Amino acid sequence: MPKSLKQFLKLLVGAIRDLSPIVIVIVIFQTVIFRQPFPNLEAILIGLICVVLGLTLFVQGLEMGLFPLGEALSEAMTRKGSLVGLIAFAFVLGFGTTVAEPALIAIAAEAGEIAGQAGAIENSPESKTDYSFWLRMTVALSVGCALVVGVFRILVGWPIQYFIIGGYIIVVIMTNFAPPEIVGIAYDSGGVTTSTITVPLVTALGVGMASTIRGRNPMLDGFGLIAFASLSPMIFVMIFGIVF
Amino acid sequence: MELLIQIIETTAATVLDVIPIIVILFTFQALVVRKRPANLRRIVFGFFYVLLGLSLFLVGLEQALFPIGKTMASQLTDPDFLGIAKGAAVHWRDYFWVYVFAAAIGFSTTIAEPSLIAISIKAQEVSGGTLKAFELRIAVAIGVAVGVSIGTYRIVSGTPLQYYIMVGYALVIVQTFLASKTIIPLAYDSGGVTTSTVTVPVVAALGLGLASSIPGRSPLLDGFGLIAFASVFPIVSVLGYDMLTTWLRQLSNNKGKEGKDES
Repeated sequence: MPKSLKQFLKLLVGAIRDLSPIVIVIVIFQTVIFRQPFPNLEAILIGLICVVLGLTLFVQGLEMGLFPLGEALSEAMTRKGSLVGLIAFAFVLGFGTTVAEPALIAIAAEAGEIAGQAGAIENSPESKTDYSFWLRMTVALSVGCALVVGVFRILVGWPIQYFIIGGYIIVVIMTNFAPPEIVGIAYDSGGVTTSTITVPLVTALGVGMASTIRGRNPMLDGFGLIAFASLSPMIFVMIFGIVF
Repeated sequence: MELLIQIIETTAATVLDVIPIIVILFTFQALVVRKRPANLRRIVFGFFYVLLGLSLFLVGLEQALFPIGKTMASQLTDPDFLGIAKGAAVHWRDYFWVYVFAAAIGFSTTIAEPSLIAISIKAQEVSGGTLKAFELRIAVAIGVAVGVSIGTYRIVSGTPLQYYIMVGYALVIVQTFLASKTIIPLAYDSGGVTTSTVTVPVVAALGLGLASSIPGRSPLLDGFGLIAFASVFPIVSVLGYDMLTTWLRQLSNNKGKEGKDES
């Protein structure tokens, strides 16, 4: 059997394994708890085949394209000592991947709705659209800044816990001052910013840098960028809630 | 045929989402690095696989899992199903099946989350295999299961979100001092990657369903917050997993030593 086919089959089996828990949960709930037949079983089966194939291709592509390119880029820039390049790259990557994120667009639209109903802003379509647009910009800006701080941390090699615990303390303090209707959105916005394509790239950026700079341990210094990107939106969104 | 159209449409949407990223990558490659990347062909094929794979994945989820998952979420939160009389006061125990479903669906969707798969592959590679990708994912999934389950309890009981998150933070801070140094950045990262493509739609439907069926809860105010639970508790469970394995290793090392002393 050719090597690439063998590799593909291995990934396919992995994808089936990864999806089996969802299938088991849904089948048990549908048959034991709800005691209902499955509506359009055919569509479900075709859908499952798509999901398995899709996951297999994604993981294959990850190791061929996203990881190597992300790492090569960050290694080349680190080796050149191009500090401006690295920081600009981190900011643009954070801002650019977040601003168009569908999950964020959805959550920002909902937030505009809430603010309108709560009376924080004028309850008209224009002011709601305005509000969601600036909220989106705030979150994208926060992710850009977060990656810059995270890249700076890798360069100087400081332990991550000081930053994250410090960030938590700021979040807790800000919660007392932010308008109550923004708190839930702020907390959730931390989770939605990092999409499926951003995560591998950002991880590759960190690991690539940490393995190029002498004295850095990729395990200790390479990970952690995502943590910055999920913490800072909470702070920025609460500031937004206070200011707007 | 309909399916094919849907696949093409989703692929187009994914490509549109990814264009900014591709532009950024190639601009920096051209302006700052000024060198053709090695294996360019392979990288381009890799990108193509990622795009096609992600699109197929999304179409499949939309066909097979999301409709039934969302129906289940709304059925489960229906007072008729739970056997709650109209107008009767809500008791948190009435929602037993909601907590069970939240935990089960939180766990299983996390195991299938592509970005978590990506980061755990990298972690296994970087750690030289001492950290197993699949074990890490199970640890994260347990955290999401517990988190989402507590999150649904919060909606039912109507208690403020921030108290729960603060307790979660306090746990993370204490554990940070006790866990091994090498796991800490990865554990913090795992909080951010758990909630994307697969988990968010089903979990959000559960939150909205619950908040709109319980009197006195507003779907807009209380429906939010489940994602936050799914982002804090995995940090606790990954740090806990590290503490557990370190402790087990010490235990077996001590036993080994005692055995030698006796002989």
